[in-house]
Amino acid sequence: MEPVEVIEGPVSFLDRADVDTDQIIPKQFLKRVERSGFGEFLFYDWIRDGEIELEPNPILVAGRNFGCGSSREHAPWALQDFGFEAIIAPSFADIFYANCTKIGLLPLILEQAECRAVAESGAARIDLDDQTVDSAASGVVRFEIDEELKHRLAHGLDDIGITLRDVAAIDAFEAAGGADRGPVTTSL
Amino acid sequence: MARTMFDKIWDAHELGEGLIYIDLHLVHEVTSPQAFDGLRLEGRGVRRPDKTVATADHNVPTDGTAAARLIVDQLSRVQVETLERNCEEFGIPIYSIGSDQQGIVHVIGPELGLTQPGMTIVCGDSHTSTHGAFGALAVGIGTSEVEHVLATQCLVQRRPKTMRISYSGELGHGVTAKDMILATIGRLGTGGMVGHAVEYAGGTVRGLTMENRMTICNMTIEGGGRAGMIAPDETTFEWVEGRPGAPAEFDAAVDEWRELPTDEGAAFDTEVEVDAAALSPMVTWGTNPGQVVEVTGAVPEPASETEERALRYMDLEPGRAIREIELDRVFIGSCTNSRIGDLREAAAVVEGRKVASTLSAMVVPGSAKVKAEAEAEGLDEVFRAAGFDWRSAGCSMCLGMNPDTLSPGERCASTSNRNFEGRQGKGGRTHLVSPKMAAAAAIEGRFVDIREWS
Repeated sequence: MEPVEVIEGPVSFLDRADVDTDQIIPKQFLKRVERSGFGEFLFYDWIRDGEIELEPNPILVAGRNFGCGSSREHAPWALQDFGFEAIIAPSFADIFYANCTKIGLLPLILEQAECRAVAESGAARIDLDDQTVDSAASGVVRFEIDEELKHRLAHGLDDIGITLRDVAAIDAFEAAGGADRGPVTTSL
Repeated sequence: MARTMFDKIWDAHELGEGLIYIDLHLVHEVTSPQAFDGLRLEGRGVRRPDKTVATADHNVPTDGTAAARLIVDQLSRVQVETLERNCEEFGIPIYSIGSDQQGIVHVIGPELGLTQPGMTIVCGDSHTSTHGAFGALAVGIGTSEVEHVLATQCLVQRRPKTMRISYSGELGHGVTAKDMILATIGRLGTGGMVGHAVEYAGGTVRGLTMENRMTICNMTIEGGGRAGMIAPDETTFEWVEGRPGAPAEFDAAVDEWRELPTDEGAAFDTEVEVDAAALSPMVTWGTNPGQVVEVTGAVPEPASETEERALRYMDLEPGRAIREIELDRVFIGSCTNSRIGDLREAAAVVEGRKVASTLSAMVVPGSAKVKAEAEAEGLDEVFRAAGFDWRSAGCSMCLGMNPDTLSPGERCASTSNRNFEGRQGKGGRTHLVSPKMAAAAAIEGRFVDIREWS
């Protein structure tokens, strides 16, 4: 994945709470076996029904508990493919948050009032290294992010590659009997 | 130091900070194709195919289609065939369409005895929390994580906080596990459990069957929880014993499992108490599972823009009595409520009665085995005689990735887990209820208080 450094530009605002991944990418588009090309199906029904308008800006400001529901990674794929590089919200659903971090789509948590200020500003600058968001109405506000995760995002590191660097630890865990729980699925 | 059940399982599987070893990886056709592509791209293999198992469920037509190549919808066919090919290439056992072990992934895991206490279990599906009913740590993951687990048999996780929800008192007549979890989500909200591994405890939970416990853990994700868990006990051991995946040294395994329950005095980050005796049958009125009221209640005044929008979508006005809401469809099925116990409960309500002429109703068993078991007991005849459509196993109308969908504007009483906009079909309106409540609603054509039926 691409390293995340500074994300700067116009802001789109989706002023709704509890937006679920069924809305972000409806089920009929989950039948594809490819990983790309989901952007055109983003918020398929809401956009086509005229419920919302959304510009493909670098930054999306969303409402609380964004991305709740299904674990479909197709949701972050669609948001990223549409053009978003960062999503700012007061809170995220757990699986959605993790999914975003796996593809270098920066999920960022700010207070509700700060989110609103960034949205009203219409444009913002996010600096991952400094852990700040800067916009006209919000001023410079700091955000929290897990150190490990920040490092991985900043360097565009692939999780699997990192884990496999220490494959000896997995070998040792298995050799010591740590992996003996559970059934052998191949011999049922 | 006193530890929670979550702590014990986490500690036994953490081989580096935040790196968790996975004992069982369940795979299905929707969230895995890109993960297998990723492996091929990097020249990586599947580390432990013997800890992995696959089935086809989301895309499967429930009309008895006997093989992947016979699926009419081209995209669905390609997705299921892709899964079959990937499993063959990487040596992963698969129960695909046509197999007598096929079914919804969260139904077949427990059914085959693959789900056992003390295990870590993942699947590229948010309802993986279901398996926590056995005292396992089971989490839903995305496709990148599916690829990670395939390649390494490990998962990178931030340690969640812990929450205990304790239920006391005896459930009233007609009140079920589904009502317990709907009422709990209604109280805590759809984000109320975010960041937490949730343990469901208390005397009420101890009295529940495994199927009931799975219903509760299944819907943990609807409260935003990372995992839902219930301590294993005799009920759990009895379920696992004798199943194909059960440990050969069963007694020794049970001795270990008895060590899993939360120690007395262990601290949780959050504690919640629920008086289960005071619960009523529940019905959702809105477009998330937290928008729920008692069946005797009415559609509430909207308290936010979100709720106003939900009412518009659902075409309901505040003050409308739940029991006056008329229905077009009834769906009994899904990973929440499609096990033999669920079907028995629904059949007992239906027996000797007729589905209202104003609606169509369907029952979709969770697995081929549940279907066979139900037919051996004659439940299919009970449902058919009443006018229900009796289908084959799959996710069916829970999410409309197969031919079973709602048409725009149709209103459905559903035993599934999500009433999101368009979830069961674009423009479809979903009300979540228990199997008993769905069965009674099918007979009356509108919601009824099941407690008034003897």
